[in-house]
Amino acid sequence: MNRIGDIWVYLAASPLLWLSMTLAVYLAGQWLFRRSGGRALFNPVALAITLLVMLLLLTGTPYATYFSGAQFIHFLLGPATVALAIPLYLHWDRVRRLFLPILAGLLTGSLTAILSAMAIAWLLGGSPQTLLSLVPKSVTTPVAMGIAEKIGGLPSLTAVMVILTGVIGAVAAPVLLKGLRIHDDAVKGFAIGVAAHGIGTARAFQISGLAGAFAGLAIGLNAVLTALLAPLIVALLPFHSVP
Amino acid sequence: MIGALAILLILQLVGEVAVRWSGVPLPGPVVGMLLLFLGLRWRQELPDTLRAVAETLLSHLSLLFIPAGVGIMQYGALLSQEWLAVAAALVLSTLITVAVTALVMQIVIRHSSKVRRDE
Repeated sequence: MNRIGDIWVYLAASPLLWLSMTLAVYLAGQWLFRRSGGRALFNPVALAITLLVMLLLLTGTPYATYFSGAQFIHFLLGPATVALAIPLYLHWDRVRRLFLPILAGLLTGSLTAILSAMAIAWLLGGSPQTLLSLVPKSVTTPVAMGIAEKIGGLPSLTAVMVILTGVIGAVAAPVLLKGLRIHDDAVKGFAIGVAAHGIGTARAFQISGLAGAFAGLAIGLNAVLTALLAPLIVALLPFHSVP
Repeated sequence: MIGALAILLILQLVGEVAVRWSGVPLPGPVVGMLLLFLGLRWRQELPDTLRAVAETLLSHLSLLFIPAGVGIMQYGALLSQEWLAVAAALVLSTLITVAVTALVMQIVIRHSSKVRRDE
């Protein structure tokens, strides 16, 4: 019994445990996702997060301890964002031909994401801090956290909003797009990428390589546009006195 | 493989430094992405190892979001107070954004193909 205690003391202090657990839970989520015939309701990210939160609560582990191990995975978001240049390069001809539709979709989509989230939360009595943390919710995590910091939101709360948004988009967007009779994979991918960034993009890559490439393009473009728009929109709000 | 990883990391590094140095309100990794894209266009070829590393990273993109997502456990109190506002904002806004983006693109594509009689 004492030996188990010793082992736990070691594991609790080392980054190894939660790094391995994150990978294991992700693989288990993927396995379940495949076993369920790729049913979107078993979103692997949502499943993995739920399992990990339960494990952490059961073992009384604080989030900071978890993150000291899992940060090595989190860190890869940066190089993965750089890597989005590759699908963009491979599908560049298609992108160039669709220049105008992309520009129109990006502008309306980006504004819709910011304004609709704030308006709905405001109508339902969300606090100023929640509203500000919602602004960059459709942008990929590292960028969204930077934007939240600049406009007075809570970066770590924004990260949670971003991920919930991604999961919602990944689960619901393919069904919604089918209902809207959108058949063009480029349009599907771009819409998913604008609304639901990287988690949506992971789903778009399952539709096709073309959809994935356009989702990746949308992540980059929407990150840039939201970084430019968010401070302007927030400056127009009545409660921007929040520090 | 290490070479390809180094390319991605170094371009991110250059992006982060450039952003801080110039004060442009762009995220560093996005600048790195633009640099890599320009480099590939300029060279007109994609090294196999770079392609392999990028495809591995991108096919497991959702894994990379898990650590930040687990952060939800810190916001139990806030989310239980404002769950309705947050849930409605996230679900509705995400659906509306997907629909608006897709429909606007579709309309512009139809309109421009009518004008040009291309496709």
